[in-house]
Amino acid sequence: MRERALADVAGADDLRELDEVRVGWLGKKGRLTAELKNLGQLPPEVRREAGQAVNELKRDLSTRLEARKTELERAELDRRLATETLDVTLPGRAVDPGGPHPVTRAMSRILSIFRGLGFAVADGPEVEDDYHNFEALNFPPHHPARAMHDTFYLPDGRLLRTHTSPVQIRVMKEQAPPVRIVAPGRVFRSDSDQTHTPQFHQVEGLLVDEDVTFADLKGLLSTFVNTYFEDELEMRLRPSYFPFTEPSAEVDIRWRNADGSPGRWLEVLGCGMVHPNVLENCGVDAERFTGYAFGLGVERFAMLRYRVDDLRLFFDNDLRFLAQFR
Amino acid sequence: MRFSLNWLRQWVPTDLDAQSVADRLTAAGLEVDELETIGTDLEGVVVGEIVECRPHPDADRLKVCEVDYGADANLTIVCGAPNARAGLKAPLATVGTTLPNGLKIKPARLRGVESRGMLCSAPELGLGEDASGLLELPEALQVGAPLADALGLPDHAIEVDLTPNRADCLSIRGIARELAAAESLECREPEIVKVAPVVDDGVEIELLDPADCPRYVGRLVRGIDPQAITPAWMVERLERSGLRPRSPVVDVTNYVLLERGQPMHAFDAGIIEGGIRVRRARPGDRITLLDGQEIEPDEDMLLICDHEKPVALAGIMGGQDSAVGDATQDILLESAWFNPATIIGKGRRLGLATDSSHRFERGVDPELQTRAIERATALIVEIAGGRPGPVVEKSSPEHLPSIPSIKLRMHRVNRVLGTDLEAGRVHDILTRLGMKLEPDGDDFRVTPPSARRDLAIEVDLIEEVARMVGYDQLPSRAPGGRLRAVVASERSVAMETIRSTLHARGFQEIMTWSFVSEHELSMLALQASAQPLANPLSQEMGVLRTSLLPGLLRTAAANLRHQQPRLKLFETGHVFSSAGEWTESERVGLAIAGDAQPESWLENRRDFDFYDLKGEVEHLVGCAGHGPGAIQAVARTVDWLHPGQSCALVLNGRELGFAGQLHPGVAAELDLDDAIFVAELDLEVLRDRNLPVFAGTARYPSVRRDLALIVPESVPAADLQRVCAESAGQRLAKCVIFDKYQGKGIESGYKSVGIGLILRDVSRTLTDEEVDSVMLSVVESLKKECQVRLRG
Repeated sequence: MRERALADVAGADDLRELDEVRVGWLGKKGRLTAELKNLGQLPPEVRREAGQAVNELKRDLSTRLEARKTELERAELDRRLATETLDVTLPGRAVDPGGPHPVTRAMSRILSIFRGLGFAVADGPEVEDDYHNFEALNFPPHHPARAMHDTFYLPDGRLLRTHTSPVQIRVMKEQAPPVRIVAPGRVFRSDSDQTHTPQFHQVEGLLVDEDVTFADLKGLLSTFVNTYFEDELEMRLRPSYFPFTEPSAEVDIRWRNADGSPGRWLEVLGCGMVHPNVLENCGVDAERFTGYAFGLGVERFAMLRYRVDDLRLFFDNDLRFLAQFR
Repeated sequence: MRFSLNWLRQWVPTDLDAQSVADRLTAAGLEVDELETIGTDLEGVVVGEIVECRPHPDADRLKVCEVDYGADANLTIVCGAPNARAGLKAPLATVGTTLPNGLKIKPARLRGVESRGMLCSAPELGLGEDASGLLELPEALQVGAPLADALGLPDHAIEVDLTPNRADCLSIRGIARELAAAESLECREPEIVKVAPVVDDGVEIELLDPADCPRYVGRLVRGIDPQAITPAWMVERLERSGLRPRSPVVDVTNYVLLERGQPMHAFDAGIIEGGIRVRRARPGDRITLLDGQEIEPDEDMLLICDHEKPVALAGIMGGQDSAVGDATQDILLESAWFNPATIIGKGRRLGLATDSSHRFERGVDPELQTRAIERATALIVEIAGGRPGPVVEKSSPEHLPSIPSIKLRMHRVNRVLGTDLEAGRVHDILTRLGMKLEPDGDDFRVTPPSARRDLAIEVDLIEEVARMVGYDQLPSRAPGGRLRAVVASERSVAMETIRSTLHARGFQEIMTWSFVSEHELSMLALQASAQPLANPLSQEMGVLRTSLLPGLLRTAAANLRHQQPRLKLFETGHVFSSAGEWTESERVGLAIAGDAQPESWLENRRDFDFYDLKGEVEHLVGCAGHGPGAIQAVARTVDWLHPGQSCALVLNGRELGFAGQLHPGVAAELDLDDAIFVAELDLEVLRDRNLPVFAGTARYPSVRRDLALIVPESVPAADLQRVCAESAGQRLAKCVIFDKYQGKGIESGYKSVGIGLILRDVSRTLTDEEVDSVMLSVVESLKKECQVRLRG
């Protein structure tokens, strides 16, 4: 009987058959249930032994049934899942990504570096007056230095700022030293050719405090450049002239060719120690405080970082170009 | 400033090669823009003179030239250059020569005529660009001399891009001083020999506006030879410095200008009546300048006049009538100092930028005038003869710039530069730059040379020290200082958040011009408040943008033409309005057009619609931290939007902007075939937000009841929601519109709207009776205020 019962369990091919087997043996009218009922009619000397055997079989049978059931359920799930198979190579429900303009992307990186170095971000208007854009920055009226800035004017004499340096003046007039700011923004020059666009973006930095030296300026700029490019680039400073700084310098970096070899020198920044006249114009004691300022063109940094070879692409707004900077 | 390196080497005898000289100048702040090598590999090329030139018997374009090259016999050379003519001196490449371009000169037979050598053009010798004919050599050159020797080759032309403060370097003298100082070499300034007057004729000079012209030096030279020619060495130096030779007198004044930095002028003395008067222009003055333009000078312009008429526009350009001509024998030389403020901007006003005005605007050495006129006289007499008169100087010392005496404190030098330089080193540096130093304790009193008009205060000298030490030799200190927390307020949403929210929603950022055309704005009826520029680059960029819309639309149109099936664009930036009070504000603009979803096998294609745009705006407002209900859409429209699919947006009670479909009429004008949806939001309003305040969480279950309403078509959904909210009061947690239907089964003029109300109480579970009572009141209010009825 044991062999028959176990064979029935093993032979059940699906859950329905297995249930029939269970009912056939263990149900109210099942054969094993009948055996149990019959035990009472056996002679006492065999009843005990037979009872043990039947109960053992019942236990084993229950265990086998349970195991077989799990097995069959698993097989049935597998069968069902097999019918639900998808072509996983088909594309997912489409969501197109957007992204930043490459100039914004470079700008964000530049600002995050300066924020990390403790500079606050300050801004100002794009339409400025002569005082903030030139005069307070130590450009005398009609000075040839103004000719270096091809300025767009409004009929009333106001102008489109030619650099973000006017923000220096606005901040220093509001806030006593120490001052540590960067001023990002759009600037304008009436110049348009292959390497000039009439608008571009600058980040200008200013730090005024006691005991600020040219050495601090050099250290800051090399930290910035190396952080931005994630590289240790050779840097050199050349004397130059800006009315609002003295000593003034232009900063070149030694670019690295695609193969890693040292490339040519590229001009990337202008900088210098804040001219005492600028400090005095803002009511800052130029004997007690010194400071440095620097300015960079964001488009230039974007071109170098992302290897863009034509400035004008930035303002063409062709999505085939823009989509490459996500 | 462009100059010949060989010329500079005469002043500063340095062994440095050309590239090193360029590097040193750049390192000293005189940025070398261009270094051009002139005249290498000219062995075998000599000065030839065409003595006879006749047509080739068998070729129309060729000529047969007899060329003298200093040998006993002339050479016969066949030549095709149009300027080949008897009397011309030109470079002759003899047989056996290899030209810089690799061409080997061999005897040849050209259409039957033997040719033994080649007459050369400038590019064939690497001496210039002009390939139109033979290089015409100065007449003064010795026939047969090796060309390299005759022209002082090889040489280099160096172009320095000078900053406006370095007027002193607009001359060989200034550059030589810099190079000598940087290299610790002696600067050998050629001595100026005074030329003794031979005739007594002076010139009467009156300075009527001495503040504009505090010094004027004049000198007559009589009887110069009008046939004289400029010597080759001078021609070469002028040409390599970018000046075209003209006549001996003009060439000499240009030469002195380049050599010393003093702009000079020569008048035909025969034209000058009476004497020289330097004065401001007056009404009625007229003068025809050398370039042929006749001007009526403005009254702030300075003129050089004789007793009858203006003869030159001071410091800028001479007059045509008084110019030295081919036959002039008596000349009047002028060497003056003009106040830069008087000259600045005047040339520009007339469209004139001359070598003279360039220098006077930036400041000429005020002690140079007499020396320059002596130098010029000596050169003219040497080249063209003549009998000089006495040097006549008129000056107004009180109006001449004074040479400053500047205190330089050693501790200040080191404090600005972060150095520990010693006084001896500083003394040495400044002395090499031509300054006079008097020690004053630890400090100095410094007198700069008169040419250095840029040195006036202490920091000017500190910069000189830094330049000469070398910026690369100055120390560098890693960023430091006291730490400060630099974190923006939480009450203003970061621009990064706004941008990255849009990026995540598939918007691509663009950057368009801040200037647009007035026409572009007028198509959108946005031109009224547009501020025009006084000097735009073009009409297309004539006014400041009053809105981000034109740029977005232009970009959308261009990209749709590039077959982009769908667009989601945004831009942030400043816009300007001159209507009433001037405003400059920052906005974000959105534009969507084309397919609502990227093409997919999963979804059916559909176009963007108004609710796509509105959803984007609501999402952006939500991500900026504004709670539900903060933004309201008001069905108020503007001319350039679809009147039925646009709205004004109000955020926290402030005007945020607008959203809607671009008016199809405007779209057609812009050649936009697709429906395009645009929104523009004021960033200040969008970014301004409150801090969140915890309001507890609902602890008791909520109940949802749905209403199916028949609503007059004209009643907006916002009214239904408002009435629900007012009527249900505090117990209304949320009110959603889950359905809206118009069409079959609904009578015309009405719509079916499904509204779900989610009700709860903060203190307990609501009973059915309470919910019923709320719903009853809501329905009554809706019936009364919105004329709704419950759907069957």
